[in-house]
Amino acid sequence: MSDLTRLTIAEARAALDNKDCSAVELADAYIAAMEAHRDLNAYIVETPEKARDMAKASDARIAAGKAGPLEGIPLGIKDLFATEGVHTQACSHILDGFKPPYESTVTANLWRDGAVMLGKLNMDEFAMGSSNETSYYGPVKNPWKAKGDNKDLVPGGSSGGSAAAVAARLCAGATATDTGGSIRQPAAFTGTVGIKPTYGRCSRWGIVAFASSLDQAGPIARDVRDCAILLKSMASVDPKDTTSVDIEVPDYAASIGKSVKGMKIGVPAEYRVDGMPADIEALWHKGIAWLKDAGAEVVDISLPHTKYALPAYYIVAPAEASSNLARYDGVRYGLRVPGDDIISMYENTRAEGFGPEVRRRIMIGTYVLSAGYYDAYYVKAQKVRTLIKRDFETVFADGVDAILTPATPSAAFGVADQDMASDPVKMYLNDIFTVTVNMAGLPGLAVPAGLDGKGLPLGLQLIGKPFDEATLFRLAHVIEQNAGRFSPDA
Amino acid sequence: MSVDQATVRRIARLARIRISDNEVPKLEGELNRILDWIELLNEVDTANVEPMTSVVSMQMRTREDEVTDGGYPDRVTANAPQSDDNFYMVPKVVE
Repeated sequence: MSDLTRLTIAEARAALDNKDCSAVELADAYIAAMEAHRDLNAYIVETPEKARDMAKASDARIAAGKAGPLEGIPLGIKDLFATEGVHTQACSHILDGFKPPYESTVTANLWRDGAVMLGKLNMDEFAMGSSNETSYYGPVKNPWKAKGDNKDLVPGGSSGGSAAAVAARLCAGATATDTGGSIRQPAAFTGTVGIKPTYGRCSRWGIVAFASSLDQAGPIARDVRDCAILLKSMASVDPKDTTSVDIEVPDYAASIGKSVKGMKIGVPAEYRVDGMPADIEALWHKGIAWLKDAGAEVVDISLPHTKYALPAYYIVAPAEASSNLARYDGVRYGLRVPGDDIISMYENTRAEGFGPEVRRRIMIGTYVLSAGYYDAYYVKAQKVRTLIKRDFETVFADGVDAILTPATPSAAFGVADQDMASDPVKMYLNDIFTVTVNMAGLPGLAVPAGLDGKGLPLGLQLIGKPFDEATLFRLAHVIEQNAGRFSPDA
Repeated sequence: MSVDQATVRRIARLARIRISDNEVPKLEGELNRILDWIELLNEVDTANVEPMTSVVSMQMRTREDEVTDGGYPDRVTANAPQSDDNFYMVPKVVE
């Protein structure tokens, strides 16, 4: 077969079962692609020997008629997931040399189903960022470029390596995580499909913690079906994560292609923000029209607390991060920078080990949790969070099945953008449409819907009821059918 | 609310992050920019609102209080920057 990396996961599975190619051939095709595109800096660690060994085992299982649902499918793994014996550093200097003696539940589920690991993917340090520029290993380049412009663009973040690798076909699919938009914003910036499932759908065990009440793992893939196939394997109830939920994982791919006739889709007025590019507004209208043509009913809705979600997030997430990241003290793992006594050893280690954005967020979190400020900031933010969740509950109780919004307020921007670098809040605003979903614990999916005037991909977001990911895949497929699929080298 | 330079130093001390004197004014500016923006929440009336404790309504699962794992201190300490005989080594804490 010509270029095996062009196959979707569903197509590759069929090719493997029909013996059109072997799992080793498929892994070799991706290993070659990964090596040929090191300029993107999507992978920070390549594991070709491991990939070939796993592929050999897959070929043996296929021959024995014991193929799993992801048998022989080569995947990239975000550096936030613990992979036994393999570099796991959340792209931070402070975890220098860390090789976990255990495997995260999500990746263990993928290997159980036959997937093959290609390597670890670049990301913003500790998943804190929206451009992949806070990584200790340097920025990732978006495989997309604006028409007639050779400037390097960011792939978004924090799952920038995952999105770039999927878009550039350096893996068949990738794991990612989303605390405020870290799956959906990079998916939108790279023309890929990403879903942040309902809080509790995937186990967080073995995923480096950022903000525990918001973090969720999910896949990034090249189309809606592949995304559904990956989530099915990643999701599970897990005794090692008491917040994982004991609800059966449905066959998401089976819902694709089912009619959306009669479904009620909400369009929230509050997501029409000042200064939103006309291209995004136009695409949103197209999405509405496509769903109407497919028989869905589109209704105007209001989510009045939308604009408070992002500032509340910047209290809750740093507060939880400052607690979670207290463990990096130079004692049990990673970097140690000596000091005169144990306190100065801690202080020196954390000053050198954390990058500027992580230090800033730990300090904000420390401040809002400190004596005298806890009620004014943290409790206030958690009350606002209750109101944000109530906004969604109200529209769902009124019969809305899902909500359609833009995924991001802009297309991909340049690497080292001066505006973003000079004002941390400008960078934070990237998550304005996605962060509400984390605050309310709901599932959200980003699907590419078109290109802007410069030829860069733009995405739409579908927000669903708790544990109703199947509906999101069904609706996203309608958008995909109308919009087509997008590749940087199309 | 805003922070002054003394507060920036105090927060850094609480967070166990060493900062140099010339970083303090920059951090003061950045933290105040973020805190100013967060002030937007003061517009929201939260008088009779319960703070969120769990985003998905669930009963916390419990399990038997029994040992289910362990017995391999060498693996536990394998990633330590400094260890000896399965103990973590730190600078002297007690004189």
